[in-house]
Amino acid sequence: MHIKEEQRERHTLAVIVDNEPGILARIAGMFTARGYNIESLTVTDISADDLVSRITIVTTASPHVMEQIIAQLERLVPVHKVTDLTVLGEHVERELALVKVAGKGEHRIEALRLADVYRARVVDATIESFVFEVTGGSEKIDKFVELMREVGLIEVARTGIVAIARGKEAA
Amino acid sequence: MTQKSGADILVEALCDLGVDVVFGYPGGAVLPIYDALFQHPRIRHILVRHEQAATHAAEGYARATGKPGVVLVTSGPGATNAVTGITDALMDSIPMVVITGQVPTTLIGTDAFQEADTVGITRHCTKHNYLVKNPDQLGNVVHEAFHIATSGRPGPVVVDIPKDVQVASAKYARPGPIRHKTYRPALKADKAQIETVIDMLAEAERPILYTGGGVINAGPAASQILRDLARITGAPVTSTLMGLGAFPASSDQWLGMLGMHGTYEANMAMNKADLILCLGARFDDRVTGRLDAFSPESKKIHIDIDRSSVNKNVRVDLAVIADVGHALEDMVRIWKSRQLARPDLGEWWRRIEGWRQTRCLDFPETADAIMPQRAIRALWEATKGKAPIVSTEVGQHQMWAAQHFGFEAPNKWLTSGGLGTMGYGLPAAIGAQLGNPGALVIDIAGEASIQMNIQEMATAAQYRLPVKVFILNNEYMGMVRQWQELTYSSRYSESYSNSLPDFVKLAEAYGWKGIRIEAPGELDDGIAAMLAHDGPVMVDCRVAKLANCFPMIPSGAAHTEMLLQANEVSGTMDDEAKALV
Repeated sequence: MHIKEEQRERHTLAVIVDNEPGILARIAGMFTARGYNIESLTVTDISADDLVSRITIVTTASPHVMEQIIAQLERLVPVHKVTDLTVLGEHVERELALVKVAGKGEHRIEALRLADVYRARVVDATIESFVFEVTGGSEKIDKFVELMREVGLIEVARTGIVAIARGKEAA
Repeated sequence: MTQKSGADILVEALCDLGVDVVFGYPGGAVLPIYDALFQHPRIRHILVRHEQAATHAAEGYARATGKPGVVLVTSGPGATNAVTGITDALMDSIPMVVITGQVPTTLIGTDAFQEADTVGITRHCTKHNYLVKNPDQLGNVVHEAFHIATSGRPGPVVVDIPKDVQVASAKYARPGPIRHKTYRPALKADKAQIETVIDMLAEAERPILYTGGGVINAGPAASQILRDLARITGAPVTSTLMGLGAFPASSDQWLGMLGMHGTYEANMAMNKADLILCLGARFDDRVTGRLDAFSPESKKIHIDIDRSSVNKNVRVDLAVIADVGHALEDMVRIWKSRQLARPDLGEWWRRIEGWRQTRCLDFPETADAIMPQRAIRALWEATKGKAPIVSTEVGQHQMWAAQHFGFEAPNKWLTSGGLGTMGYGLPAAIGAQLGNPGALVIDIAGEASIQMNIQEMATAAQYRLPVKVFILNNEYMGMVRQWQELTYSSRYSESYSNSLPDFVKLAEAYGWKGIRIEAPGELDDGIAAMLAHDGPVMVDCRVAKLANCFPMIPSGAAHTEMLLQANEVSGTMDDEAKALV
């Protein structure tokens, strides 16, 4: 017997929630309990009074399951609003990475040259290492990290995706 | 404003919320609350014998009265024992508030004695839950918990209260109407949508009303309006297990329950309909059978208060997010204001009559053994004049009760539908009896299920609750055995109920009356003796051991592939079918 897999597409959701204890567990747990997929999840307080957080979730699902994910999120009591940015249309997605590279001589110079091409900033330097800060879409960061492997990659920290709709309206 | 202890605030808030019965069990982490309840003039505490039973009793109370059930248990094992009933209430949309004690805030996270992460454990089996760390917030949280449990799609809410919060002093003032920041369930449907529903209903040639537990949850008025809608449209009505009683079984328009053990006519009508109007049901897998063969020719309308129930299993053509009671009211009003005539459904009813001729609920009778279906019918005949409240456990007896007991009114049928929890019936009957002291309350049970919460016989005895437990004793976990016959060539792996107690002696040991019925000739007298006794009675009704529950749609089969009788059963299945539940 074979277990069938469904066609999936990638969606980016913006979820506005009450900033209360357990909210992240509530959301992440709902995804696991119902067998949904989380590719990336970021969360932080976005209000002046520490009361509201914005969660950006990247998930892959069939269109049918996608509709369920949004409905199930909206059903959670502390959730204010769920926006499917992918369906909404034009939006900007960005990620930040801190990339540590160690090496000497030609590797060190090549790392700096590549960083310049990718508009990565040096945020820490020693005689034998750099830490670069790079922002952009996930593909750009993937590519930058890939290149850094050639010149002495030591460690990577990535934020995961944050996203916002283009234009003057709030999502 | 004077300061009160957290425990006093809780009890005062419960009084303000109109609570008069609490089902619970004391323990270290709730002692301050139990002290505040000591000889309380208003709130009656019912001491159960196991916390799971407290939750089922609260469910039975809620289902039979329409009011939320309230549970009070201690930390750790008290809370974990309650989890099954909490999950049951979530699956069946039962309003319930569960107060759990917790170790003091200073000890949380230290693996303290009787500490469990109650909010963590119950996060995904509650509609919402709270850990109250600040006594100033306790009153508001309790009021909010009741608001969430009872509004929208009802469900269980857990309020976890550390012991130091119960002891600490704070102020309490009864809050006004709750305006929650985020939680605002829609009640009224969009008028244009209801107009479209009426257009579709008026045009349909083969409509069917598919109703569920949502109609019961919408209150008795919704059941009344459902009857109006059925009358003016002339459409046939079927219901899920949870919705039985919303529409009277004595009506000509009633097709019986649908789904896996539903009637042939209900399932065939669903399959051949050109319009399904789903009212407060959720297209559960037990109802739909094989999804790609589910009602292929119909337009589908789904009216439900929970948007996540819509388009979950079955794609519908029109979704209306609203309280089903309000939606029914609007539908009947608009139908009448348009002065629509009752549609001519003569051809549709002729087809339905044809399906009815299969007489799918008929069963073979023998002279030497009581057929379980006969026992249910005899029980119904003997009690139908008394408007009984019937609870069940889970298994064959539950399905036979759903098939053969005719329900005429809402809030009379208490059963564990979604979760299928054995051990539900006796505590649910106790809860229902407390909410309806004068009513006849019967738990139709199996000999296996009843043992899962049999300790509650003591609770019924203590509070002099005259509940009746009617056990269909076939010495098997009958539904398991039936599936083993269907799927595993009758290899009865662990499904025999070995070492059964003598239920009559057991009843007597608990101070109940015990009655044994062994032969068809004893059935009516035994039931009469049960009804004549004014205290609790346990009836051990010995039934045919190998009877199976038909009709049946095997897992993964379509509505049109019903098995009507046992001789249609092959005894083996392929892996795809074996993997289905």
